[in-house]
Amino acid sequence: MAMVENRRFLTVLTHFGLLLGVLIVGFPLYVTVIASTQTAQDIVQNAPMSLWPGSHFWENYQTALWGGQSEYGSRIAPALPMLGISLASAMIIAIGKILISLLSAFAIVYFRFPLRSFVFWMIFVTLMLPVEVRIGPTYEVVANFGLIDTMTGLTLPLIASATATFLFRQFFLTVPDELLEAARIDGASPMQFFRDHLLPLSATSMAALFVIQFIYGWNQYLWPLLMTTNESMYPIVLGIKRMLSGGDAANEWNVVMATAILATLPPAAVVLLMQKWFVRGLVDTEK
Amino acid sequence: MTSERQSFFRNRWLPWLLIAPQLAIVVIFFFWPAGQALYQSVLSEDAFGTSVQFVGLENFVRLWNDPGYLASFNTTALFSSLVASLGLSVSLLLAVMANRVVRGALFYRTLLIWPYAVAPVVAGVLWTFMFAPSVGIVSAALRHWGLDWNHLLNPRHAMALIVMAAVWKQISYNFLFFLAGLQSIPPSLIEAAAIDGAGPWRRFWTIVFPLLSPTAFFLLVVNVIYAFFDTFAIVDAVTRGGPGQETSILVYKVYFDGFKALDLGGSAAQSVILMAIVIGLTVVQFRFIERRVQY
Repeated sequence: MAMVENRRFLTVLTHFGLLLGVLIVGFPLYVTVIASTQTAQDIVQNAPMSLWPGSHFWENYQTALWGGQSEYGSRIAPALPMLGISLASAMIIAIGKILISLLSAFAIVYFRFPLRSFVFWMIFVTLMLPVEVRIGPTYEVVANFGLIDTMTGLTLPLIASATATFLFRQFFLTVPDELLEAARIDGASPMQFFRDHLLPLSATSMAALFVIQFIYGWNQYLWPLLMTTNESMYPIVLGIKRMLSGGDAANEWNVVMATAILATLPPAAVVLLMQKWFVRGLVDTEK
Repeated sequence: MTSERQSFFRNRWLPWLLIAPQLAIVVIFFFWPAGQALYQSVLSEDAFGTSVQFVGLENFVRLWNDPGYLASFNTTALFSSLVASLGLSVSLLLAVMANRVVRGALFYRTLLIWPYAVAPVVAGVLWTFMFAPSVGIVSAALRHWGLDWNHLLNPRHAMALIVMAAVWKQISYNFLFFLAGLQSIPPSLIEAAAIDGAGPWRRFWTIVFPLLSPTAFFLLVVNVIYAFFDTFAIVDAVTRGGPGQETSILVYKVYFDGFKALDLGGSAAQSVILMAIVIGLTVVQFRFIERRVQY
């Protein structure tokens, strides 16, 4: 905004306020990073911990990634496989949601078939049925299919997406009719038209949705909590919660904090590197 | 907004093939379980699962007469109003400031949006660590200032802690929407008011704030939905509903009663009530969005 008037004092105050906000918002992250460089004893016995970095960065992250014995002798589960599960499930969920929503939106916008608006309505209503309100019965369905502790069970039930379908539908409606006419004259089949014209045009929307859905998938907690009984299928967010069993003073806080950083790096990287699409996608999907 | 295309493909089976994957997931994992929840909510099953009988609305009556469930309603109401009011005011303040600066705007935005990426459970773990009664750095500071912090024993502290963690995680989202709202206000309006002699404070309350109210209302609904449904992981990591039941919000209770206490009928009845709540909130949200699109 072009400055209406130049009030130096107000500008300084604004910067001061913003810096304060950034510092308060960032403080938990700072404490986490610092704690992940110290020993568990530094944190527990010399509480409150020092706010200067310790010298145990590599050890802690090694223990977090590959597992090992804690300083108190209990076993620490390796985070590396859990990061793999998180990455795989977040990718499957994000790409799966985008893919099936593209296809559904294409069918709904570019074809006429009976029950068309009913089908759209059915997809749309899933917005009102988050996992949290149907956990018991959904669990039973997945258990009956024998999908407990499988990647399919972790991802498939979450792949439906009303928001993505809605967004692509809105976008397809803005694509000019002439494009379809031209493709028809060239003798393109529906799927050729979809692949050669609609997909390239949708690239930005897909990127924006990818950021949002990747984070959605990565951060799932309640669903994997129900769906997995075996450590080899735990995503990292579940693993980190399981590390907090010892109570305040007995937790391996340094390794827990290293794991927290590891669990946050991938989604944070996606948000920060794709910031432009993320901001667009967030504001668009909710409109 | 057009909702129909003028030209389209003619094909009998292809559209069904295209829509089949999404439709299958929706029916199998959304509608069927939701129907099951409705069905189970009128049944009663004994603890061994050997006998099932139809009990009508008994599960709902039982909930209605259960002080624990009513308390959970109050807890949820308190929690969500605190999360929404604090989350909205803090992020509005930050967005107004970020909208004012010319230099460093991207820098501030980048440093304010990253908590969006943090998983709720990780947010819970981070805040638990800072406030851990015996080892936490903030609890130590609070003790130094004479406040004996213990969220494991003190219900108010427990509530305060989950509110802080939940607000912290949601600030980025609110901030981005407020910033987008602020940026869509025509500068000429502000300039005109400035020429008329209105200072920044007055301009904010007479021009900016009214123009932002649609965004604020939208965010209010989103934040209430967030506080109701997306904060399960925070509660599970920070307090597990405790001490006692004092932070057991509805979503936590439905999980606990269904999976830990194995009261299937009661849990299903709770699911049905939650469904009604989320349907109500979504309808409000969309009613409102439709209106905004029209005007």
